[in-house]
Amino acid sequence: GMRFGVVVFPGTWSDRDCGWAVEHALGAEVRYLWHRDRDLGGVDCVILPGGFSYGDYLRPGAIARFSPVMEAVREFAERGGLVWGICNGFQVLCEAGLLPGALIPNACLEFRCQWLHLRCERGDLPFTRGLGGRVLRMPIAHQEGNYQADPETLARLEERGQVVFRYCDEHGRTGGESNPNGSAHDVAGIVNLRGNVLGMMPHPERCAEADLGGTDGLLLFRSVAEAALSLAGGGPG
Amino acid sequence: MSGLAVDERVLREVALSGEEYAEIVRRLGREPNRLELGMLGVLWSEHCSYKSTRSLLRRLPTSGPGVLQGPGENAGVVEIGQGWAVAFKVESHNHPSAVEPYQGAATGVGGILRDVLAMGARPVALLDSLRFGPLPESRRHLEGVVAGIGGYGNCVGVPTVGGEIYFDEGYAGNPLVNAMCVGLVRVDRVRRARAGRAGNRLVLAGAPTGRDGIHGAAFASLELDGASAERRPAVQVGNPFLEKCLIEACLELLDLPGVVGLQDLGAAGLTSAVAEVAARAGAGARIETARVPRREAGMTPYEVMLSESQERMLVVVEPGQEAGVLQIFARWDLEAAVIGEVTADGDLSVREEGVEVARLPVALLAGGAPARRLRPAPSEVAEPAAPPPPLAPGEVGETLLRLLASPNLGSRWPVFRRYDHMVGDATVLPPGGDAAVLRVLGTGLGLAVTIDGNARYCRLDPFVGAQIAVAEAARNLVATGARPLALTDCLNLGNPERPEVAWQLERVVEGIATACRELRLPVVSGNVSLHNESAQGAIDPTVVVGMVGLLEDHRRRLPAGFQRPGDLVLLVGSTADDLGGSEYLRVVRGLVQGPPPALNLARERAVQALVGEAAAEGLLRSAHDLAEGGLLVALAECCLLGGLGCRGRLPDRHDLGLAALLFGESQGRFLLSAPPRALGRLQNLAARHAVELVALGSVGGEALSLEGLVEVPLADARRAWEGALGG
Repeated sequence: GMRFGVVVFPGTWSDRDCGWAVEHALGAEVRYLWHRDRDLGGVDCVILPGGFSYGDYLRPGAIARFSPVMEAVREFAERGGLVWGICNGFQVLCEAGLLPGALIPNACLEFRCQWLHLRCERGDLPFTRGLGGRVLRMPIAHQEGNYQADPETLARLEERGQVVFRYCDEHGRTGGESNPNGSAHDVAGIVNLRGNVLGMMPHPERCAEADLGGTDGLLLFRSVAEAALSLAGGGPG
Repeated sequence: MSGLAVDERVLREVALSGEEYAEIVRRLGREPNRLELGMLGVLWSEHCSYKSTRSLLRRLPTSGPGVLQGPGENAGVVEIGQGWAVAFKVESHNHPSAVEPYQGAATGVGGILRDVLAMGARPVALLDSLRFGPLPESRRHLEGVVAGIGGYGNCVGVPTVGGEIYFDEGYAGNPLVNAMCVGLVRVDRVRRARAGRAGNRLVLAGAPTGRDGIHGAAFASLELDGASAERRPAVQVGNPFLEKCLIEACLELLDLPGVVGLQDLGAAGLTSAVAEVAARAGAGARIETARVPRREAGMTPYEVMLSESQERMLVVVEPGQEAGVLQIFARWDLEAAVIGEVTADGDLSVREEGVEVARLPVALLAGGAPARRLRPAPSEVAEPAAPPPPLAPGEVGETLLRLLASPNLGSRWPVFRRYDHMVGDATVLPPGGDAAVLRVLGTGLGLAVTIDGNARYCRLDPFVGAQIAVAEAARNLVATGARPLALTDCLNLGNPERPEVAWQLERVVEGIATACRELRLPVVSGNVSLHNESAQGAIDPTVVVGMVGLLEDHRRRLPAGFQRPGDLVLLVGSTADDLGGSEYLRVVRGLVQGPPPALNLARERAVQALVGEAAAEGLLRSAHDLAEGGLLVALAECCLLGGLGCRGRLPDRHDLGLAALLFGESQGRFLLSAPPRALGRLQNLAARHAVELVALGSVGGEALSLEGLVEVPLADARRAWEGALGG
């Protein structure tokens, strides 16, 4: 079956939530990867979960990028493996240079924990199969989720369709109050050019069961599981 | 003071009285040295010793079905079924938060997390009860405290799921920060902070010890004055990242053989932690200060023993099992060292490089402080002035909007959204209603949690006010469909040497005890914070009750807001002429007067039983308890939380003034919504419990409208309610 690796840095706290969503909402296998591990143990997808890795006192993700496990994650990504950064994981991916740009403090300068809407711009990624154009409802919980990059980078991201999720209202309209943190171009998540490394600020693992108020997050977990199966079936494994 | 070999300045520094010093000399048979005096000073402080309240607190009922641990440990523990237990406690961090709002509040959260961790439990929820002076003057304090709670809780990965905030003139010079933590533990893994047998090793782990927070416990036991800013070094600095690692490491330890007990280091640091674990086991202990990991060089034994550096835990391990414990801490990059061992001689012996620098009987340190006699005298309660002018029907709509826009009644969402209330994937009923509900993963069980208290009632009548605090917290839980299990209380008062404060203290304890007996709820943990005074005088006696309840099936939880158009809106419980002490009187008429609402505990029990049974039978779609602001404010809250209006008419009550009917705060009442088909069954239940049940109208529309009385568009109500905290 499908196996997710969930990276645990000291200070990570969404590891158990991601593990719960994978095991109980999706029904797949979880392997926790300690920050000192250099071996990813044959997982099909690596999740970099939310939290404050190493305390994030310098800058979110700034220390985590130097950890041994990130070397393995980089090699894994280079080989085409699926890497999924959520919240702090997105920050780590940007710091590690696996994704462009940076996440700076929210424009309101406050932590924000709330439900909001995202428009999914791509339906062809392993993370978002068939979700193109869908408006998803998910929670955020962060202080530094304001995505910024230089104008050339933003233009290139747009041109190449690398913006995967945008903050929007319930009807899919961007702008106004729907952007909770001041992100450029309402960016809530981006993907690398190859399409195998995704970073997003919202928390799909917090909305994978009706008990938690929503199930849109499960759509992403399912997509990854299906993509991994078809990869395993069609490719060299 | 004559005849003592120590001057008054030294005693003041350690906050001991001359009589207490004399008692120490008598029982030791000698003068203590400076280190010993410092150790005794912190452990004999009010904060650590409860010398003024110990005997009084014995009046509280502390046992009941399912109680695995009552007061006396780091937190209370209650069994909830399927092999699980819940550990919880509330604690004050008032003085540090007054002086340094961010760090004071942050370290308050850190401390209460470790209390729950010490029971072997994983912390799963945080709640906070906050009191400030009026806005906008108190904005800086509010901002700092909220940022501190968020800064710590969000980073440590424990959701903040509930809380309350009140503003009142009395707190302008002495704001209150009470933090509560709830944890989950397997029944067979509950730990107690006991030293066990002689020879057991003491391992200190977590943050290295620094010079911060020395004499914090003594600081907490003094009144705030102009010089308090100079006490800022007595406030510690929190490191939530270290705390997160400490939590994970300590929970891993529980899998090892030979881990006898855990104890957090809080007020009075190492001295208190070691004395307490030794005292509970009737043992002694030997500490080598040179082995304590330190943040800075050149620290004296005095500084090491009294430091209140945060994020530290003491672990008691059987000899030979230390290596595994140290290995786990190393894996988490936490410093840890064997700093001493348990002895049989009953003394706490402190050594520096092998040379004994202090030796004190553990029994003298922990529990040795002589009880301080209270001399209570009732305070004068001002006679009510002339009755307030009556409320005219034409003023109702405007009055409602004014109340919704007042800081004590407005929406708390601007604060809650700054706290991560979802991490843990367990929050199935978010904050904002009467109580939050957390599911216990893998069981189907739900835990309802709340923290609540109304100091104005306690000021007007401490006995009744304290009873209401207990009843109200239980009502919060019942509104979610939960059965209340047990409570933790935080008593915040002024200086007990004042006769009127001593009297308030006695009356609030009596009130809690009475309500607990009637509602069959044990007090399993708690905290007393005295000396909450400033230039303006003592605060109102502020009883804060944290309570935990159980839902056998968390899917049966009830939200507070209306859910579906067409549902019936029902009022249960009786409305009387209870305008005294109300928000209406204060906000609209500028009056704090009258007796607080009457509380009939038997009737309270009946109303709660009715709502509990109706919820269990699945008859209800929402339930909300009526509290500050009375019926009309509660009705508006049901509309606003559910995003649905309602239409109806009030019953004719010619015996009541309009203000009392709409805004009076009669106790033991709920607003329910239910599908129309449930009405007959609900009426039967109400008759069986002899509880009044009135159908007010139905859910629907875009306004709150009561025939011939008021029609307020929800959008207007929302604007008022959501803007109440300004910012």
